Amino acid sequence: MLLELESACAAYGQSQVLWNVDMGVTQGDAVALIGRNGVGKTTLLNTIAGVQKLTGGRLRFGGDDLTSTPAHGRARAGIGFVPQGRHVFPHLSVMENLTVGLAALAGRKAVKESGIASHIFDLFPKLTQIRNRKAGLLSGGEQQQLAIGRALAGQPRLLLLDEPTEGIQPNVVQQIEAALRRIRTELGMTILIVEQYLDFAWSFAESYHVMQRGQIIRSGSTQTESADEISHLVNI
Amino acid sequence: MHETAFLIGQIFNGFSVASLFIMAALGLALSFGLMRVINMAHGEMLMLGGYLAYLTLLVVPGPLGILVAMPVAFIGAALLGAVLELTVIHRLSARPLDTLLATWGVSLILQQAARNLFGAIGVQVVAPSWLNHTISFSTGILSGLTLPDTRLFILAVAALILGGVALLINKTRLGLYVRAVNQDRPIAAALGVNARLIDLCVFALGTGVAGLAGVILALLGPVTPTVGQSYIVPAFLVVILGGLGSLVGTTIASIMVGLFTALIEIYVDVSVAQVLLLAFVILFIQIRPQGVIAVRSRALEG
Ligand SMILES: Nc1ncnc2c1ncn2[C@@H]1O[C@H](COP(=O)(O)OP(=O)(O)OP(=O)(O)O)[C@@H](O)[C@H]1O
Ligand SMILES: [Mg+2]
Repeated sequence: MLLELESACAAYGQSQVLWNVDMGVTQGDAVALIGRNGVGKTTLLNTIAGVQKLTGGRLRFGGDDLTSTPAHGRARAGIGFVPQGRHVFPHLSVMENLTVGLAALAGRKAVKESGIASHIFDLFPKLTQIRNRKAGLLSGGEQQQLAIGRALAGQPRLLLLDEPTEGIQPNVVQQIEAALRRIRTELGMTILIVEQYLDFAWSFAESYHVMQRGQIIRSGSTQTESADEISHLVNI
Repeated sequence: MHETAFLIGQIFNGFSVASLFIMAALGLALSFGLMRVINMAHGEMLMLGGYLAYLTLLVVPGPLGILVAMPVAFIGAALLGAVLELTVIHRLSARPLDTLLATWGVSLILQQAARNLFGAIGVQVVAPSWLNHTISFSTGILSGLTLPDTRLFILAVAALILGGVALLINKTRLGLYVRAVNQDRPIAAALGVNARLIDLCVFALGTGVAGLAGVILALLGPVTPTVGQSYIVPAFLVVILGGLGSLVGTTIASIMVGLFTALIEIYVDVSVAQVLLLAFVILFIQIRPQGVIAVRSRALEG
């Protein structure tokens, strides 16, 4: 297991949102996290990235216990994060946004910093054209590509993607999905993705977890089960 | 003396006062922009810089002493700033009012320490001879205008510091991380930026610059335990006027306040000028509450 969560709990003030979540991601796999709005998917990803504190439980990554490691330490350990809503730095240019992603390489022995890897521009050719534009002025699709590129700049071992196609034009959605498939096949990236579209989740990931009210209520393989079996747990 | 010469002289004075305000306010603006903290002990960093200049000149007398004093004051004040950040500011980071009180306490402690060490009257730093000249005009409409070298030196130092900080923020990797943390702290951290360390660096940089400003103050008058106090109020006004955390805003506001003070003092005495300055700032904030440059996310830009 590359990533292991053991009875993870998280809360906003007094209201607990995650209840003893156990979850793992195997090296090389893509895992889809699905569930209705407000069940705690984003909260779960945030606690893995370290943006939010675990109020209980443990987090192990690559064999190390990162439970009390701050966010920047987790990024440097190899957890790449593409947050929901993209969160690009609005007043930084595209290049500057990507360069911030290099911060994850600080103190890593296995990787050397040699600027923004060319495969990022290869995956997202659009970023080359708009490299000097302020990120806040980009379209949603461009921002999403930038957010993914920024996470890849840190050469992560695990990529966390929170609804990467939410609120994006259909034709751009396809481009992003195609790029995500290439990230899997060409870079061999391990991925944990929050995804609303079951069709894409099924064609992209090996396994799935369904969340409901802060708990994982069902897990399984996308290879042996059909999406129809769980669609009632996801759709309203 | 010709009218024009007099006016130009006052404008020049205004700019040199503005230079001091920039140096005093820069650190306040930087740390407010990044951490939303107000350091009431910032004035004492000026004081520390002044006393360090005095001490350095005891060890290194002669014409170049002041040039040695500047890095000494910068490093001394930056170190004290770092200690203050680690021991007080960071621990109270979620409690702005407590930070205000605690740093005010630190300010009083530092003043008393200076009183015990150096006496209440203050010490004198003699400007080196190469700063004792004045550029005088004796013909034409500028006849009667004199520009003291010390004031030109202040302008030059302020311009260098401002340029240096602007380069640091806009052109270096550290500066990029500062801007990233400023715009979205949790995400910057999740990308691998050690936001804690960035806070510490920026705070120490700001107090270091204030220490440098203290050296300049020492050239203009005696260094007393309360020397920082007279500059810290206008510096706060500058930070508010500038838009709470923007470099460009801080610069423009410093020049506004500097010129305002210098020009209004032609007509009224110093204390009335202070009152009018305050009235001016209040009026300005009424009309433009966001300050010269609107910030929050735009802070530290440019
Ligand atoms: N900042 C916050 N403060 C308080 N409660 C919050 C906060 N953010 C989220 N919540 C609550 O926590 C619960 C889980 O939210 P979360 O964003 O993790 O859900 P989600 O599954 O990602 O939903 P979505 O599909 O809409 O993105 C929700 O009930 C939400 O209202
Ligand atoms: Mg969500």
